[in-house]
Amino acid sequence: MKEENVIISKGLTKRFGGFTAVDAITFEVKKGEIFGFLGANGAGKTTAMKMLIGISNPTGGEAMVAGFDVHTQQDAIKKNIGYMSQKFALYDDLTVAENITFYGGIYGLSRKQIREKRTKLIETLGLGEIAHQLVGSLPLGWKQKLAFSVAMLHDPQIVFLDEPTGGVDPITRRQFWEMIYKAADEDTTIFVTTHYMDEAEYCHRVSIMVAGKIEALDTPKKLKEQFEVSSMNDVFLRLARNIE
Amino acid sequence: MGILVENISKSYKNVAAVKDISFEVKPGELYGLIGPDGAGKTTLFRILTTLLVADKGQAKVAGYDVVQDYKNIRHSVGYMPGRFSLYQDLTIEENLNFFATIFGTSIEENYDLIKDVYEQIEPFKNRRAGKLSGGMKQKLALSCALIHKPKVLFLDEPTTGVDPVSRKEFWEMLKRLQQKDITILVSTPYMDEAALCDRIALIQEGKILEIDSPEAIVKKLPKKIYDIYASNMYGLLTALKDFEHAHSVFPFGEFVHYTDKREGFDSNELKIYLENKNLQDVSISLTEPDIEDVFMELSRK
Repeated sequence: MKEENVIISKGLTKRFGGFTAVDAITFEVKKGEIFGFLGANGAGKTTAMKMLIGISNPTGGEAMVAGFDVHTQQDAIKKNIGYMSQKFALYDDLTVAENITFYGGIYGLSRKQIREKRTKLIETLGLGEIAHQLVGSLPLGWKQKLAFSVAMLHDPQIVFLDEPTGGVDPITRRQFWEMIYKAADEDTTIFVTTHYMDEAEYCHRVSIMVAGKIEALDTPKKLKEQFEVSSMNDVFLRLARNIE
Repeated sequence: MGILVENISKSYKNVAAVKDISFEVKPGELYGLIGPDGAGKTTLFRILTTLLVADKGQAKVAGYDVVQDYKNIRHSVGYMPGRFSLYQDLTIEENLNFFATIFGTSIEENYDLIKDVYEQIEPFKNRRAGKLSGGMKQKLALSCALIHKPKVLFLDEPTTGVDPVSRKEFWEMLKRLQQKDITILVSTPYMDEAALCDRIALIQEGKILEIDSPEAIVKKLPKKIYDIYASNMYGLLTALKDFEHAHSVFPFGEFVHYTDKREGFDSNELKIYLENKNLQDVSISLTEPDIEDVFMELSRK
């Protein structure tokens, strides 16, 4: 992890009419950091993330993502980040290789770059035998690994992962986290939401949103000390209880 | 009046979804089917709720055969499918009324049974189901599955995608329902929820790996599990995987769970190995396994 900040949010706010979905959130994320962005359903995580990835306009405050302003440079943000949601953006009717080629084109890579990336990716993921199978026929765990790799295709500074591991078996979930550790080790910043509290423990730092505000932000270790509990699950229950 | 499953198999074209599964749920039991997506949980639920016919084997629910007595089963069970069955354009109250009417009853008649769950969403009873949060939809779907006072309740991944607070509340409600003589079969991909069931079946790729109480299942793990910590997680994982005596290496919260191939394991030897790999703040300590450790060990085979 480096000292340099790649996300700087100051009082970032989103109001829908009279309802404040994201209420002046302030935080920084460092280069190469694995940052866990937690909160109960409806706490405002998705809305906050949409502003950070440049697809929703803030109604107040400011934020810089990968060096670009969320108010005025949304296109530049999109080119410098990767995004993977729980509902993968992979095309089921395209093969593994075709999906990689397609996304390479979207991200504006040259044909030569795409060819190199495709070869390397298929090799590292061990997908050689199934490179020409339709993605729709792959097990969920493979789709997740492929979706993550595709989100990293253009070497983004930051990857946003929105509940990336829902539903997979515990071994595949851990293999996925090993990919995350590796990416972070190579200085890619990881911004991740999850409902698995053991995964919160894998993060360098964690923020917890309650009703639009960031109510806690620290390393998992310090949060557990602060709330005098033994797991992140208990930290979460302490903070988010009685919020619907 | 529980559930009896004997040698059930079901394939879709050439994919075998459920392979020769047998288990028994006792009356009044809270029984968990624990496994990832694609394990065959939903297929099994659909067979037991008479929505799908098995290729082989037989099953009884509340004393009725799933093929011959399917109509009786449909009156005696409640089913909350993984994707909510609610009508998005109807309000909370309209949804509940609809399900009550289908089963020839009314909200008032069985209010006692759903009170505990329904009270939490009743203040919003005029809101459309499509406008509810995940946790509220889940409570409404449970109310709808309960409104005809079923003997057996089937809950297919009721807590998937739901935050830890709502998950905890949901399980507290299940425990209270169990007190009212309802047999409950619930599936979940969350291993921590397994500990809350009376008995569990671990299931993967259409096969049952193990059946027992959560306490007994963790005792069956033949290996000792060690918590290993170092300041650099990725470095630690890589180094442990390269260690020649490593049996399994899995990240587990802030630690790595490690098992060794050998009978006699010397933690000092491993500590020195890790420190020679330039890892800092290394600590190794014996820890208690949980259900996830057991699941991973069984599914490796």
